[in-house]
Amino acid sequence: MQPFTTVEGIVAPLDRVNVDTDQIIPKQFLKAVVRTGLGQGLFFDWIKNPDFVLNQPRFKDATILVARANFGCGSSREHAPWALIDFGFRAVIAPSFADIFRNNSFKNGFLPVILKEAEVDHIFRAVANHQQPYRLTIDLPSQTVADNAGWSAHFELGEFQKKCLLEGLDDIALTLMQDQEIAAYEKSHPVPYRL
Amino acid sequence: MAAQTLFEKIWNDHVVYQQPDGPALLYIDLHLVHEVTSPQAFEGLRNSGRKVRATDRTFCTLDHDVPTINQTGPISDPDAALQIEHMRKNCRDFGLRLFDLGSHEQGIVHVIGPQLGLTQPGLTIVCGDSHTSTHGALGALAIGIGTSEVGHVLGTQCLWQVKPKSFEVLVNGKLGRGVSAKDLILGIIGRIGTSGGTGCVIEYRGEAIEALSMDERMTVCNMTIEGGARAGMIGADQKTIDYLRGRRFVPSEKEFDQAAARWLKYRTDEGAHFDRSITFDAASFAPQVTWGTNPGMVIEVTGKVPDPAGFDDAAQRESAARALEYMALKPGVPIVDIAVDRVFIGSCTNSRLTDLQAAAQTVRGKRVANTVHAMVVPGSWQIKAEAEKLGLDKIFKEAGFEWREAGCSMCLAMNGDMLQPGERCASTSNRNFEGRQGAGGRTHLVSPAMAAAAAVAGHFVDIREWANA
Repeated sequence: MQPFTTVEGIVAPLDRVNVDTDQIIPKQFLKAVVRTGLGQGLFFDWIKNPDFVLNQPRFKDATILVARANFGCGSSREHAPWALIDFGFRAVIAPSFADIFRNNSFKNGFLPVILKEAEVDHIFRAVANHQQPYRLTIDLPSQTVADNAGWSAHFELGEFQKKCLLEGLDDIALTLMQDQEIAAYEKSHPVPYRL
Repeated sequence: MAAQTLFEKIWNDHVVYQQPDGPALLYIDLHLVHEVTSPQAFEGLRNSGRKVRATDRTFCTLDHDVPTINQTGPISDPDAALQIEHMRKNCRDFGLRLFDLGSHEQGIVHVIGPQLGLTQPGLTIVCGDSHTSTHGALGALAIGIGTSEVGHVLGTQCLWQVKPKSFEVLVNGKLGRGVSAKDLILGIIGRIGTSGGTGCVIEYRGEAIEALSMDERMTVCNMTIEGGARAGMIGADQKTIDYLRGRRFVPSEKEFDQAAARWLKYRTDEGAHFDRSITFDAASFAPQVTWGTNPGMVIEVTGKVPDPAGFDDAAQRESAARALEYMALKPGVPIVDIAVDRVFIGSCTNSRLTDLQAAAQTVRGKRVANTVHAMVVPGSWQIKAEAEKLGLDKIFKEAGFEWREAGCSMCLAMNGDMLQPGERCASTSNRNFEGRQGAGGRTHLVSPAMAAAAAVAGHFVDIREWANA
């Protein structure tokens, strides 16, 4: 997995609550058998609208998405973070995320940042008030989001998640460090099926 | 020992290793795999030269992509055919059991798990599918995961999980006549919201829950994910045991009784503590119809399309207005005045035998309106056979429904069964997101009986006033 330490970039505002993974990437792209190239399916039905935020030239090079509550709800499709990454995003900021989407993001070195509603409001306002693209720096070691005008916010993250992201750890290798415990568990818990 | 919740019992049983101040490594008893969310996981295993750790705890099926007409014939969609071939090859290469097309055991993954007796009380179950929560209806802890986690479970038979909070949803009293499990769960989601359960495992309890059949319990647990919770569960009782007896993968005769005695312990102890709790009166729920573009946008069938201006905060108002625009609905229109073009009875939410019976009873001797195209997609080949034995297929066909073969079908419209832009559908599935059943399609989630009645009337009706109800 690609490590995540810090990202500095343009913020694209997606001012909607409950953005579900069917919108992030619809069903027709789930027939892929690889995880690359899914950026072409990102917000596939919304992006047909020329006014959609990601069609505006000033957000063309955005690497940070900001959205409203419960981002990534619905289907467990990991194609959602794959599509966001392939499109060029490195992180998404929202007041809350659906659990599966958030987990899937961590597994791909893509950072879901939870900020308070007021802080997310601030970012939406700042994007709207800037003629030039509004930029943020997300720094994982210090768990902060900051702009160049002196505004900053702190975000929470589990220590284990943070370590995995910073080091880009291969999850399976990490888990197999507990191989003895797993084997012992298996020995004392036989398969519960009549095979 | 202190009183424990059902969730705590299963969680504590399965912790292999606990990170200090971090997630726990849980052992996974049952891993269900399907063709759509697994190819990249197997690719990862191959690239790193790994094997599947527990081939005897891993079961695969084909459901999301599969045609529901002439399923064993050639697959016309080349992408679907490729994905199906990948699943077959992965099962061969890694030595996994596949419930392939043409097998009596094939069906929607969340239908066949319980049906085959793979889903058992006290187990940890995962699948690369959010509706894995369904299996919690049998007193299991069942969690939907993404593809990276599918790869992780294939490779290690374990899953890292931050311990969720426990959330009790207590439903006292009795559901009214004509009010189904689907109405109950839609009503609950309407009240707690689509993120009301985020970070939690919900346990449904109380008189109304105990009174539900196993099929109905599965409907309730299935849609728990639409309330944002990681899992939904219901304690094991005699109904659970009776349901499991004689199923394909449960322990045979003598060992079954021992297993049953063990399974019955998977209930919340008297006096156990939940992190959160909410109580509902079952009698307060009526038949439900969704009006918007997420399952929390739901109202009683006797209600009217809400006015966005009536919502508390700006985000909700904006979101409701967008939803009404997408759904082409005007505030104040009575729900029963909304006409439908299509009816879909199926999905992991409502494709089990009792769902089909409820729909069949509603349409017996009647005709689908000539403005409506209606189809029934049984959840598995076994259910299809059972329904045909009862003559349900004839009732549906005589009423003008299409009677299809098993699969996910128009719940997510990956297999070619889909709405055309602008079509409006009464659907027994679980998601009414924009485009879920086909780009530009408009979905209203309802119970099987409500969907069947809408097919006949051509618009929504209150099933409680329906002649046969």
